[in-house]
Amino acid sequence: MSTAAATLPRRERTDTARLPPHELVGSALQGLRTRRLRAALSALGIAIGIGAMVAVVGVSSSSQANLLATIDSLGTNLLTVSPGTTFLGANEVLPDTAVPMIEHMQNVNSDVAIYQISGASVLRSPYVPSEQTGGIGVDAAGDNLPQVVGTSIVSGHFLDAVSNRYPQVVLGAQAASILQINQVGGHLMVYLGDTWFSVIGILKPVLLDSTLDSTVFISLPVAERMFQTQPNPSEIYVRANVNDVAQVSNLLAPTADPQNADGVQVSRPSNVLEARAAAKGQFTTLLLGLGAVALLVGAIGIANIMVISVLERRSEIGLRRALGAKRRHISSQFLTESALLAALGGMAGLALGAGATEVYSLAQNEPFVVPLYALVAAPAAGFVIGALAGLYPATKAARLSPTEALRT
Amino acid sequence: MTRELGENDGPREQAVVRSDQPLGNRIALQLDEVSKEYPGGVTALRDVNVEVPAGDQVAVVGPSGSGKTTMLSIMGTLERPTNGEVQVAGHDVGSASDAELAGLRAYEIGFVFQAFHLQESMTAVDNVALGMLYTGRPLKQRRVAARAALERVGLGHRVEFKPKQLSGGERQRVAIARAIAKRPMIILADEPTGNLDSKSGGEVIGLLHGLASDGATLVLITHDEHIAQGFGRRIQMRDGEVVRDESK
Repeated sequence: MSTAAATLPRRERTDTARLPPHELVGSALQGLRTRRLRAALSALGIAIGIGAMVAVVGVSSSSQANLLATIDSLGTNLLTVSPGTTFLGANEVLPDTAVPMIEHMQNVNSDVAIYQISGASVLRSPYVPSEQTGGIGVDAAGDNLPQVVGTSIVSGHFLDAVSNRYPQVVLGAQAASILQINQVGGHLMVYLGDTWFSVIGILKPVLLDSTLDSTVFISLPVAERMFQTQPNPSEIYVRANVNDVAQVSNLLAPTADPQNADGVQVSRPSNVLEARAAAKGQFTTLLLGLGAVALLVGAIGIANIMVISVLERRSEIGLRRALGAKRRHISSQFLTESALLAALGGMAGLALGAGATEVYSLAQNEPFVVPLYALVAAPAAGFVIGALAGLYPATKAARLSPTEALRT
Repeated sequence: MTRELGENDGPREQAVVRSDQPLGNRIALQLDEVSKEYPGGVTALRDVNVEVPAGDQVAVVGPSGSGKTTMLSIMGTLERPTNGEVQVAGHDVGSASDAELAGLRAYEIGFVFQAFHLQESMTAVDNVALGMLYTGRPLKQRRVAARAALERVGLGHRVEFKPKQLSGGERQRVAIARAIAKRPMIILADEPTGNLDSKSGGEVIGLLHGLASDGATLVLITHDEHIAQGFGRRIQMRDGEVVRDESK
């Protein structure tokens, strides 16, 4: 037996110090448990930051969901047919056969046409200069317009058989407010063209096509008689079978004008609204930025607390080194502690933000929506931020000389 | 090999050979021309030569500032010498990495400090189990070994007590249990009685003698001449040098 072999310890192999991951987490949690109040306070910064972000995302998703639900309830099966423009920019005209042709299509549930009456203005009295139209347009419309476009009457009733014979008018929501009429009754009249029309009804806003709001409606026979309106529709609203919307949409143009299908424009208003709802979510960027600032402040708070903690726990660090901890064990313990602290802050923030969203959605009578990704992203963001914030204190702890640390 | 300090976790007694039996030429600690200088030109150790055979019990005495603690830190691989060679449990400290030295401390070296260094938030058994944390053994096993070690230091009835609920002597016994629970080859004690009254100090020293005589190597720093008298070998230090090294 050589001398070197004789001095070998009882283990021939050199064991290295080990710290399994669950023990690492255990040590980190132990560190947090012994300073609960401080841990809670420093996690609060992260909680507020993440809470603000979750609330912003939640509130905007909730109102978005609300808008989508409204669109859904109005039906996504509404299609509009309108004359397009020619290659040279001139306006096309829909043939007067378009409406009966569309009515005979398969999978079309209902339809209604409106006819623009140009040159007519609506005024409260003939003494108002006729140029001051307030932007109100005059259309002739079929009597089922409210049902087809998904709206109803605030006050009075819509055009009916009587309206075909007498000068009666129904106001769109915005037109009514411009004319300062909020309910019908008595002998309320407006001066339309050069005739007094009695106001028989006011519509609710039409979400699917807001241009109808600033319009007043009279019947087609009256329009033809008084304004020589041609029976060429300026817009046809079509309700298709929910399952056949795409097919109907493809066939509408050639059906409306078999000779010139290219001159017919078909659109689906709900698509536009959905796109607008999606775009609404983008307005939250600024608020998210504010949340990010709160997070940064929270991260600095955690880094600060961890630096103090390293100073205070010098003797623990020294002890752990003496018990066999590598530098890496010490740094990963503090890193884990900081990351876990911030991850817990993230979870608290998630709860906070979800709570704020819940309160908001209850107050606004909107559906409660927090995006699924937030459930993972909130704690994960906390974890990453905590790890970054803990980087410097952890390195500092690992660099501490064990003998010096034990001396304190 | 005459010594059989195996991996089994059972009571140590059966596995142990008394120190008065032949140990061959196994050397637990060897310091060869070791010097330690700190930045600023302070020389804490100067050309120290010490060899401690496995199983020996050594007392280190000397006035404060004589380099006792520095020597113990170097023996415990907490510090590296500026010059000279150090062998601990057969490993050359100079060429070992931080990770290898950590492994050495985790398995082969048990420390006992004057200030106990117990974790206030942990019970006695968990404090002792913490002593084996970096061996990677599962907590259940570590707790079993910790209970056994607490039994050995006479604290079997205090396992669930926290340090605050224990007397000074009891706390130091918990710290000793933490040092011995992993059954290290070397126990290093730095003034373990410094914070204790003479009665509990005496108990602690008696305990250390008894535990070490099971086969571990014990190096103990003390300023108490009376305690030093109880050791078979005494190393006297002054101004960073070994001025006397006597064996009974």
